[in-house]
Amino acid sequence: MPRRIVIGIRGIGHRVIDSVWRLGRASRFFMLMLLKSTTSLRRFNLVIREIYFTGVLSLIIIVVSGLFVGMVLGLQGYETLQKYGSESAVGTLVALSLVRELGPVVAALLFASRAGSAITAEIGLMKATEQLAAMEMMAVDPIARVVAPRFWAGVISMPFLAAMFSTVGIFGGYLVTVVLIGVDEGSFWSQMQNTVDFRYDIVNGVIKTCVFGVAVTAIAVFEGYDAPPTAEGVSGATTRTVVTSSLAILGLDFILTAFMFRGMS
Amino acid sequence: MTSETLVEINDLNFSYGRHAILKGINMTMPRGKVIAIMGGSGCGKTTLLRLIGGAVAPSSGYVKIAGQVVHELSRDELFQMRRKMSMLFQFGALFTDLSVFDNVAFQMREHTNLPESLIRDLVLMKLNAVGLRGAHKLMPAELSGGMARRVALARSIALDPLLIMYDEPFTGLDPISLSVIGNLIRRLTDALGMTSIVVTHDVQESLKIVDYVYFISEGVIAAHGTPTEVRESIAPFVHQFVHGEEDGPVPFHYPAESYASDLRLRSSFA
Ligand SMILES: Nc1ncnc2c1ncn2[C@@H]1O[C@H](COP(=O)(O)OP(=O)(O)O)[C@@H](O)[C@H]1O
Ligand SMILES: [Mg+2]
Repeated sequence: MPRRIVIGIRGIGHRVIDSVWRLGRASRFFMLMLLKSTTSLRRFNLVIREIYFTGVLSLIIIVVSGLFVGMVLGLQGYETLQKYGSESAVGTLVALSLVRELGPVVAALLFASRAGSAITAEIGLMKATEQLAAMEMMAVDPIARVVAPRFWAGVISMPFLAAMFSTVGIFGGYLVTVVLIGVDEGSFWSQMQNTVDFRYDIVNGVIKTCVFGVAVTAIAVFEGYDAPPTAEGVSGATTRTVVTSSLAILGLDFILTAFMFRGMS
Repeated sequence: MTSETLVEINDLNFSYGRHAILKGINMTMPRGKVIAIMGGSGCGKTTLLRLIGGAVAPSSGYVKIAGQVVHELSRDELFQMRRKMSMLFQFGALFTDLSVFDNVAFQMREHTNLPESLIRDLVLMKLNAVGLRGAHKLMPAELSGGMARRVALARSIALDPLLIMYDEPFTGLDPISLSVIGNLIRRLTDALGMTSIVVTHDVQESLKIVDYVYFISEGVIAAHGTPTEVRESIAPFVHQFVHGEEDGPVPFHYPAESYASDLRLRSSFA
């Protein structure tokens, strides 16, 4: 049926145009937000308040998850390494896995689902209940007053949360392998110190968390600001924040890893 | 006369896409008066307020406030003008993450450098004017609909504006809250020398407090006059509206294809 085919192609075309259109809107929004960030910097207490809501409230989930991930890494690492008689390297394995990959990625995924979704829902609801329109009528720019502080708070919180995740994770690995299984404590720490490189491992890990922080919060604030002003609109936007930012984190992680750790050792 | 006119609307047209909402509106609003804009739901009252506030631009014609054409202002100039006006949104639009006190203090903190002690006094004065000084610590979620509307009213007079626009301030209120709000609008207008534009379909309540009424129907001004003139009017439209009759010049049905063709009845059945 040629008519069906035409309609199908037209549908695909519409989807593509819509996505490009949305991407353009998102970029424009992002630039505007950066331009209007001076208020956030001048009145930094606005950002601090949001750091409390996004960062501090994510701490518990980050700490608990970090502990478990580190403990599992310790167990699995010990299982495999002891076959080769090198169980003292388990500290290295735990630390490198966490600092290079799991810390940034898992912390960012948790951050997206805990804080990112909350940011989208909050901004979306403010829009749906005309709070943003009211602010605009009061001659206060909602992008400068509501959006930018939340963005910067997320960007600032993310590296600390990831660092927290890795630190607690290493402690979890220590608990399982040294305290429970009985790996030699001295070699656990000294191997770790010798092999984890500040420039390659830690700095690269921190760069990753910063990139993820920008990606997650930028997606979260845009989805909230762009949400249709209805209950379904806001709930759809919240879901999209989690899905889109999770995919963005994993995709960006691959690209960053390819550039950072290529041709090392 | 012109020095006395605060808002002048001249041959204003506006459409959403191909759907024409307002077709050639002319209004003159003198300073210090309460003006009501009435009309059925969906006739473009909120849109008209958004045009006056500069949130949307007209397709043709203009709104002039204190001599300035609103849609020709730059964003900075528009924001400058908005410091002199307020809009009370239909559901209050209080900031849900701020307490009643902080809601009323919001514009003072954003736009002035007043010391916090003075802001405190001013906020309590504004809240006192709407009878809610005792509620200043509550969060918006803890307020009833009528209280939220009053807090929003206190917030909109925070910086003593020249012009306040009220979007359906009476909707969803019990009769007591309703006359409380109505009297507040009148009293505040007189006490602060402001100009108030009240969008409403509550005819009986608003006729008690306003100085002048415009009726909008199908995108044009169907009638206008003082409350006395309106009450005595024999124009069918005004009569229907004032007395709340279901059918008349204002149709009960949204414009549609003929009922028969919508139900896909053949002409022989129709
Ligand atoms: N954003 C919009 N896009 C398209 N049409 C709209 C939009 N907002 C309102 N309308 C239409 O404009 C008309 C007037 O709306 P409005 O001014 O809100 O009416 P009311 O008099 O009830 O306040 C309605 O028919 C509505 O469907
Ligand atoms: Mg309306």
